[in-house]
Amino acid sequence: MVGIVTYGSYIPIYRIKTAEIARMWGDSPEHPEKGLNIQSKSVPGYDEDAATIAVEALRNALRRKNIPSEKIGAIFVGSESHPYAVKPTASLIAEVIGSYNAHAADLEFACKAGTAAMQNVYAMVKAGMIEYGVAIGTDTSQGQPGDALDYSASAGGTAFIIGKEGVIAEINETVSFVTDTPDFWRREGQRYPSHGGRFTGEPAYFKHIISAAKLLMEKMGTTAKDYDYVVFHQPNGKFPYRVGKRLGFTKEQIDPGLLTPYIGNTYSGATPTGLSAVLDISKPGDRILAVSFGSGAGSDAFDITVTEEMERFNRDAAPKVWDMIKRAKYIDYATYLKFRRMIVEVD
Amino acid sequence: MVVPRFWRERRYRYNLIGTRCPECGTVYFPPRNVCPKCGRKSLGKMEEFQLSGEGKVYSYTIVHQNVLGFKYQKPYIMAIIETPEGPKITGQIVDVEPEKVYIGMPVKAVFRRIAEDGKAGIIQYGYKFVPDWNKMELEKEGT
Amino acid sequence: MRDVAIIGAGETKYGEHWEKSLRDLAVEAGLKALEDAGICAEDIQAIFGGNMSAGSFVGQDHVGALIADFAGLAETKIPALRIESACASGAAALHAGYMAVASGLYDIVLVGGVEKMTDLPGDMVTDILAGAADREWEVFLGATFPALGAMMAQRYMYEYGLTREQMALLPVIAHKHGAMNPDAHFQREVTVDQVLNAPMVADPLTIMNCSPVSDGAAAVVLASADIARKYTDSPIKISASVAANDYISLHARNSLTTSPSTIEAGKKAYKMAKKEPKDIDLVEIHDAFSIIALIGIEDLGFAKKGEGIKLAEEGQLYYDGDLPYNVSGGLKAKGHPVGATGVGQVVEIVKQLRNEAGKRQVPDARVGLAHNVGGTMTSSVVHILEVM
Repeated sequence: MVGIVTYGSYIPIYRIKTAEIARMWGDSPEHPEKGLNIQSKSVPGYDEDAATIAVEALRNALRRKNIPSEKIGAIFVGSESHPYAVKPTASLIAEVIGSYNAHAADLEFACKAGTAAMQNVYAMVKAGMIEYGVAIGTDTSQGQPGDALDYSASAGGTAFIIGKEGVIAEINETVSFVTDTPDFWRREGQRYPSHGGRFTGEPAYFKHIISAAKLLMEKMGTTAKDYDYVVFHQPNGKFPYRVGKRLGFTKEQIDPGLLTPYIGNTYSGATPTGLSAVLDISKPGDRILAVSFGSGAGSDAFDITVTEEMERFNRDAAPKVWDMIKRAKYIDYATYLKFRRMIVEVD
Repeated sequence: MVVPRFWRERRYRYNLIGTRCPECGTVYFPPRNVCPKCGRKSLGKMEEFQLSGEGKVYSYTIVHQNVLGFKYQKPYIMAIIETPEGPKITGQIVDVEPEKVYIGMPVKAVFRRIAEDGKAGIIQYGYKFVPDWNKMELEKEGT
Repeated sequence: MRDVAIIGAGETKYGEHWEKSLRDLAVEAGLKALEDAGICAEDIQAIFGGNMSAGSFVGQDHVGALIADFAGLAETKIPALRIESACASGAAALHAGYMAVASGLYDIVLVGGVEKMTDLPGDMVTDILAGAADREWEVFLGATFPALGAMMAQRYMYEYGLTREQMALLPVIAHKHGAMNPDAHFQREVTVDQVLNAPMVADPLTIMNCSPVSDGAAAVVLASADIARKYTDSPIKISASVAANDYISLHARNSLTTSPSTIEAGKKAYKMAKKEPKDIDLVEIHDAFSIIALIGIEDLGFAKKGEGIKLAEEGQLYYDGDLPYNVSGGLKAKGHPVGATGVGQVVEIVKQLRNEAGKRQVPDARVGLAHNVGGTMTSSVVHILEVM
């Protein structure tokens, strides 16, 4: 049995209300909530980045179940906001946990780099190359001020340790679907990403998620009714309901893992953190479908079953996702720009 | 650009690793090669010792005039934290309003960016402290 | 060991000397001291110069050689050594000069202190001064020097119930005295309200609880006591010269409200001078921050722990009180050119013991104590001077 052995998330404490962003840019204050179903988004503190978020998430995972550092054979960190353009985040993680013999690498695939990390670690464990591996999805994503992404691009991350021993959530199967669809991108040297507007919807998000989900369910012989929970990539608070409806899922299956209305889109952290929120409340036997989406474009789908081991697992040893969502400090737009280093230079 | 000066401290700063004197059991942070109590007897024997990251505020201040590199965090909270293992540690307290900090406040260590060598140089990571909300709530219930 | 006396003293005005360089200031103070002693440069056998950070402030190291050279002494080939002990560099240089004469190695030496601080913007000065603390485990994490002082104050307030209003009395007294010193950086009186309402540097310390950034230099000429009267009718004896050290970082100490190095230096100095605190007619106490002065007053035995501020409340610390305190204006009002400060304190005591201090003259002053510290009271140097 290969699956999740422990997991942990981290969401920065700072939030900005989307009405405050709308006030700044002359949009109607109800616009982001009505149009995108996002009321606030998380903002990293001035001293936080994708690496610090990754460390905090991984430490939360290790608080729940300590895995000896020498048994961790792989570290993959998925992010589109690695602190360095050249210099890995994964080596920092290896140093922090003291796993000096781990295979370590950074991944980038827009919002699905976190699930790509999960697949890599899953494969290495399944192949018997490693005993345990770390997969992290983390981001401090940036939208250009005034752009539609300004309402959603946020910060957060989740770490999974995947192995064969003490599995709390078995990964029954994982599949992917990928095409060359440039719905969102950032060219080298450009500060902010660009996107194709409504083109990011049907040909990108919906097509890839539906294709990957259908492929997985066909392979597993399941329908939407077989799952207790479903987590979709959540660039806004509306798409997951829409794609869910088309695949036959209900609001009740979606809601526990839908975080974007409160913390925005944590990019590589989004699907992993939605899954983390579901694991926070799940019981043995619960079945979960998780489907990420990364622009450019691809989706990774996971069929997961919670095991009896969850009964013995110390979930309370680290903060749960919804507790972190509730612990929030609201800041204004100017502070947001300062924290995101958009109006200040390094001194 | 300065690299090795920060690089050589990374393990201690990432994980609050200090040293312990095997002669008298005293724990030190930052690490020391000689125990001030045992002197030469401790030389070459000091052992690495990782702190839990838990602690309480021993003293603090709100800094309005910064050292270089901290300009955009003003006003920020500096504190000396007492740890249950013994040593006191100087560090920032973040994620809380300055007026909420008090001597005795439970805190825990977190991993943050501390400084960076300009826009092109390396980023230095290390420890800061945040309020330990769970412990604070337990304290409140206790009183 | 033989007795050592001060036969000449001189200093520059402290303040912002836009037109004067490091070497200008040092040479000015040195020549004033020589003139006061009535000796020629050729009579000097060695120079000990206190300086904290000329290398950072003006990019100049090898300060001893520079000063000797521009004082016109290059041809004499005498040794000129720089002594560094952060803000206690001046007193540390005096300690070195004292040892050199007391040991018999030299008969006459010049001791100077100098700092040129105002060439740099404030945040760079703050950063350089923070070098007096532990760069890697205090400053790297964001601690400024005033932040460390503020944490001492915060803890003192917690342990002893001191208020900001009480603490404000110390700068008020210092400024009262500074207003009478024509060489002081600030020659105006201030009120408690002005101290409390000044911009906050590091809570609870406002800018008026902190000494200023000053340029300045001070110098004294030392001679063995047996030849001192050849040069002056009013030599001042150095009855004690003691230096002590402690952990460099505040967090490494058991207490933030007492300075073991000041206690140690004070005790040894009293013993060496055969004096007690009650014998002291005036004190120059290191008041880089009000809290450091308060701790100094207590640790030097002038008040019980937690009760030092009573002396201020009772008015005893004024120049006409029972314990005239920082009659020069102290670091707060006279100014704090860090490398010069320890020597400047002694220059003030020399003036007082010679009855040459003008408006701020302490009546019947015969014994004075100077307390100069480096870092967060890490290094403490205590000198006791008396009329011979």
